[in-house]
Amino acid sequence: MSVDSATVRRIAHLSRIAIDDSEVERLRGELNAILAFVETLSEVDIDGVEPLTSALPMQMKKRADVVTDGGICDDILANAPLREDHYFVVPKVIE
Amino acid sequence: MSDPTHLSLAEARDALKSKRLSAVELTQAHLDAIEKSRALNCFITETPELALSQARESDTRIARGEARRLEGLPLGIKDLYCSKGVRTTAASRILDDFTPTYESTVSANLLRDGAATLGKLNLDEFAMGSSNETSAFGPVVSPWRRAGDPDAKIVPGGSSGGSSAAVAAHLCLGATATDTGGSIRQPAAFTGTVGIKPTYGRCSRWGIVAFASSLDQAGPIARNVRDAAIMLRSMAGHDPKDTTSVDTPVPDYEAAVGASVKGRRIGVPKEYRIDGMSAEIAALWDQGAAWLKDAGAEIVEISLPHTRYALPTYYIIAPAEASSNLARYDGVRYGRREQGRDVIEMYEKTRATGFGPEVRRRIMIGTYVLSAGYYDAYYVRAQKVRSLIKRDFDEAFASGVDAVLTPATPSTAFAQGEKGAADPVEMYLNDVFTVTVNMAGLPGVAVPGGLAANGLPLGLQLIGRPFDEETLFSLAAAIELTAPKIERPRPWWREG
Repeated sequence: MSVDSATVRRIAHLSRIAIDDSEVERLRGELNAILAFVETLSEVDIDGVEPLTSALPMQMKKRADVVTDGGICDDILANAPLREDHYFVVPKVIE
Repeated sequence: MSDPTHLSLAEARDALKSKRLSAVELTQAHLDAIEKSRALNCFITETPELALSQARESDTRIARGEARRLEGLPLGIKDLYCSKGVRTTAASRILDDFTPTYESTVSANLLRDGAATLGKLNLDEFAMGSSNETSAFGPVVSPWRRAGDPDAKIVPGGSSGGSSAAVAAHLCLGATATDTGGSIRQPAAFTGTVGIKPTYGRCSRWGIVAFASSLDQAGPIARNVRDAAIMLRSMAGHDPKDTTSVDTPVPDYEAAVGASVKGRRIGVPKEYRIDGMSAEIAALWDQGAAWLKDAGAEIVEISLPHTRYALPTYYIIAPAEASSNLARYDGVRYGRREQGRDVIEMYEKTRATGFGPEVRRRIMIGTYVLSAGYYDAYYVRAQKVRSLIKRDFDEAFASGVDAVLTPATPSTAFAQGEKGAADPVEMYLNDVFTVTVNMAGLPGVAVPGGLAANGLPLGLQLIGRPFDEETLFSLAAAIELTAPKIERPRPWWREG
């Protein structure tokens, strides 16, 4: 499989990364080089093989459903590019 | 005492204990070395005041007879680990002047044991790279030079290139690093140092900037096997804040250094003898097997049939996880923000200017393989092949093999700009021997095997059973004992 320039633009938008028209061709080439490299996986017989989702067999750990943290609003907001009181400020989302 | 930066971590520990040296003297000597070595660009942020205040506390504790395990030992911290109150960048512009209000669990463990932290070490941006050339803070230069070629700037490997170069140049006694596809072992091999990626789950990932969460693991880079063992003992351990962290006791790894390897069965996987392998790498590999045989180990040929699929599998799974993990960098809660007409344009412009080209490329590949219509063909297929890669190792270990011996890298280090400029895949091939280990969640150690004809270090890799780092330390120590000694590179980079 390989991607065309419309697909490159679509992927960039899904990735929330702005791209210039001048970048599309180069990105198309680079992405297709990587896709060609991974193409070899299509020759592997994966019939009846389960996908590996955890490197080692482990039970998902569960903890008691209790509050273990909190009251750290100032810490959470300490690195915000723009804030007001205890809020993050973003451009208007709803007209 | 003459220049204390000549000491290994274990020797420095003993010198402090016997009061032949103070922690402040030891830390100051390393700070002086760092100041004279800025040409290597190992550090993104130096923290001399912090290190000296930690050293002063260590001297007080030593005087009171209350020394902890790493008391007064100055270390470097890869700038992927969050440090409370110290700017943490992941070598990316997108984090801007992000200053964590918390400390990563692994670095907190080192501080708990009394270590001093000299600063934050350079790396490939978000740990994506094999040469430290993708850092937004410029490439790191290796202290090693090719024979007869003093003008070429050699790469220290990546992504933990600041860690490997700083350790090799004696700017710190040891350094933290992380490994997603080879980022501890490849830079260690390139710089003649020792690096271990422990079993997945052995070290907590909490507070370490995430790249690919099912593969990422923390570990040390140090100048010898014993020093790596000492560091890992402090770094490892259970952490309730990371659900994949394992609740099993941490052994005294140092006790495994020097233990007999007699009767150990070492597998040599025939599939690692890849097409075009250089005669020098092949000879090093044979030599490594001969050293272990001389130490009493038994060498057997094994087969890991899915080896050649590991790197392609990695370049689906790692970008997929990265695209998801890096979605958090949106210019809202921390880091850089570009202005936009609306919130979408703000995201898109922030991420376009904040991420470097390699990171953008991997996010886009990851987004593609996870997108509707391609998810099964790429991502699910890769996860199934990952099962087969892991099964290969399971079967080898079930057949009675205690560890697997391979070369660490397909070549010595190269010069800046020599690889990957035209085709990103060329750079990816660096990890061909290391990436299988992350796929299977196993421990792997890189240990120096000597110098190549071009004067640069070469490394061997040992791969172990899950949570059997002790066997790796024993085997690596046996190789270290016999292999030609790696001398400290002549400090051509020092100013003044």
